[in-house]
Amino acid sequence: MSDALIQLAQALADGSVKVVDLTHTLDPDFPVIILPPEFGQCARFRMEEISAYDHRGPAWKWHNITMSEHTGTHFDAPNHWISGRDVPLNAVDEIPVDMFVGPVVVIDCSAEATEDEDFTMDPDFIRAWEDQHGRIPEDAWVLMRTDWSKRSGAPYLNMREDGAHSPGPSGDGIRFLVEERNIRGFGTETVGTDAGQGMHLSPPYPAHFTLHGAGKYGLQCLSNLDQLPPTGAVLMAAPLKIKNGTGSPLRVLAMVGKDAT
Amino acid sequence: MTTPLTPPPRKDPQKRTVSPTQPPGMRSRASLGLSAAAAEGRFALQACAECGKVQYPPRDACSGCLSTDLPWRDVSPSGTLLAETTIRTSVNLYFRERAPWRTGSVQLDAGPVILCHVHNDCDRNGRVVIWNRLDRSGQAVLLAVPEERTPVMEDDPQLRAMTSDPKHRRALITDARNPNAPALAAALKQAGASMIFVAEAESWRPYPGRKALEGIGGIEFLQMDVTDTSSVQRMAGEYGGKTDILINNARFIRPGGALARGDVAFARDEMEVNYLGLLRLAQAFGPAMCGRAADGVNSAVAWVNILSAWSLSNNAEFGCFSASNAAAYSLSQNLRAEFRPSGLRVMNVFTGPTEDSWFQPVPPPKVTPQAIARSVIGGLRDGLEDVWCGDVAKDMHERFLQNPKILEREMTGGGQG
Repeated sequence: MSDALIQLAQALADGSVKVVDLTHTLDPDFPVIILPPEFGQCARFRMEEISAYDHRGPAWKWHNITMSEHTGTHFDAPNHWISGRDVPLNAVDEIPVDMFVGPVVVIDCSAEATEDEDFTMDPDFIRAWEDQHGRIPEDAWVLMRTDWSKRSGAPYLNMREDGAHSPGPSGDGIRFLVEERNIRGFGTETVGTDAGQGMHLSPPYPAHFTLHGAGKYGLQCLSNLDQLPPTGAVLMAAPLKIKNGTGSPLRVLAMVGKDAT
Repeated sequence: MTTPLTPPPRKDPQKRTVSPTQPPGMRSRASLGLSAAAAEGRFALQACAECGKVQYPPRDACSGCLSTDLPWRDVSPSGTLLAETTIRTSVNLYFRERAPWRTGSVQLDAGPVILCHVHNDCDRNGRVVIWNRLDRSGQAVLLAVPEERTPVMEDDPQLRAMTSDPKHRRALITDARNPNAPALAAALKQAGASMIFVAEAESWRPYPGRKALEGIGGIEFLQMDVTDTSSVQRMAGEYGGKTDILINNARFIRPGGALARGDVAFARDEMEVNYLGLLRLAQAFGPAMCGRAADGVNSAVAWVNILSAWSLSNNAEFGCFSASNAAAYSLSQNLRAEFRPSGLRVMNVFTGPTEDSWFQPVPPPKVTPQAIARSVIGGLRDGLEDVWCGDVAKDMHERFLQNPKILEREMTGGGQG
């Protein structure tokens, strides 16, 4: 074992590095993205008992589960979006595994999102964050903290007659992260990487369009971002190895130094 | 005069719940024509095709000319009460528990003299109307009622034993999101239901009917989604013992048949809601309801499915939806068999296109939520098994009875020139 890994193992054992769970529980009643009803819909998480130590299987309990690739806390691969359909290695089973572990920065927009549920994060906001915390490193995950994960029920999607209202990056904001900072991926606490009103931005759904067109990844429905430091944590987000999969529910973990927060 | 039913007292927790018993259910095959008519609330008897004689009781050969051609025909239900008596004891458990029970003979205007149950408001030698109703064994029995309605005649214990009247009963509507939910809830309240539970799926997204439901007042919302087994089991655990009438109005619908769709995603959703939803509800709520089918004034009494008339014959424009409804219809027949020992009645209300967004491009006539609600309440009050709501459904049924193959050929269209 290399010195670095021995030190990490020790740090995990003595608690100087802790592991934070950024995942929501897969719950049948957890919101999913809602599209116009004539379009195909995201399957909800469902669980059917196969047996429970009974006549169907006396000594064992197990379930069949069904869901979409995009149900619950999930990963978006480049082939999820039309802009990423021809990007090489664009499916979850093809993405190099070293992409699933890496540095992460957290941009705190929680005050702004509390003030304005349609808050969009633009380049000026990101630059102001960099003035305080340093330049976003290349090939890092960028997570947008909004504390949206603390909402539950109807306020989470915040769906009204004119659509959902939740924060996300502006078109310029996500282009800045992808083109100027060459990030690895972008993650949110909301149901998608785009703002609730993202279809009215240009291009529509700019986070999906820009990230996946550039071969970058998405994470959404994250939680506990308030337990991460602005910089210095390591993110572990490995989707299921689904053949030609466009995404996957997954357990997202972060390793955080004890004094980092 | 009938004594009005009073709201039942709260259940005595020290008393064992009365087990359901049945009136005699054996019938000859010929007699089942009477049950088929009762399932739709019609009074029909065999009328000889050769000599015209109206037969009673049902038989295999004409009592006048021995012809075996005895088609069933709706006949005048009017008659005169000839003789009546009150039975005060019986070796049959069902009647023993329900005595005294009034019976008599009626001279029908249509010819025969029949033996029947007699409503307590009928006058001796008075004019009566015969209602052909299903009893708790699911077989036809004849009940003489006064020619003119009497106050609260539906509260007569003999009549109430045959019907599924919502009065003083607790009803569960399984899908708050269906556009017909507010009309159903309002109609149940109007009909005297004591509690109305409405199951709401995915309360994390709004829907227009919520305000209307809240406006009715007294509605209790339950968090339940018929596609989520755990939520159905949870609600059945909590409310199964308080559900006297279950109205399954959950529906998933998208236009298109097999080729128009190109995938199985919506078809799967249709099966999940329309077929498996019914199955989940039955497995979760069925046992509790069957166990309470003789539990006094607010006994569990009816299971209502709102189905598409296209469950009888496929409509290609909604081909996959029709198929899911055919599956649900078939399952409803299975439920009839499994509920039979308890007396819990399965009532199917068949509709044509409904007045909602999925049928917006379909020309009228369309069934309004209020029409569905009227059919449900009317069917419950009459204790029916099959109700055809609206002209499209009635027409479908008629054509189905005449010749299902011709109906299929008409429904599947096509051809050139």
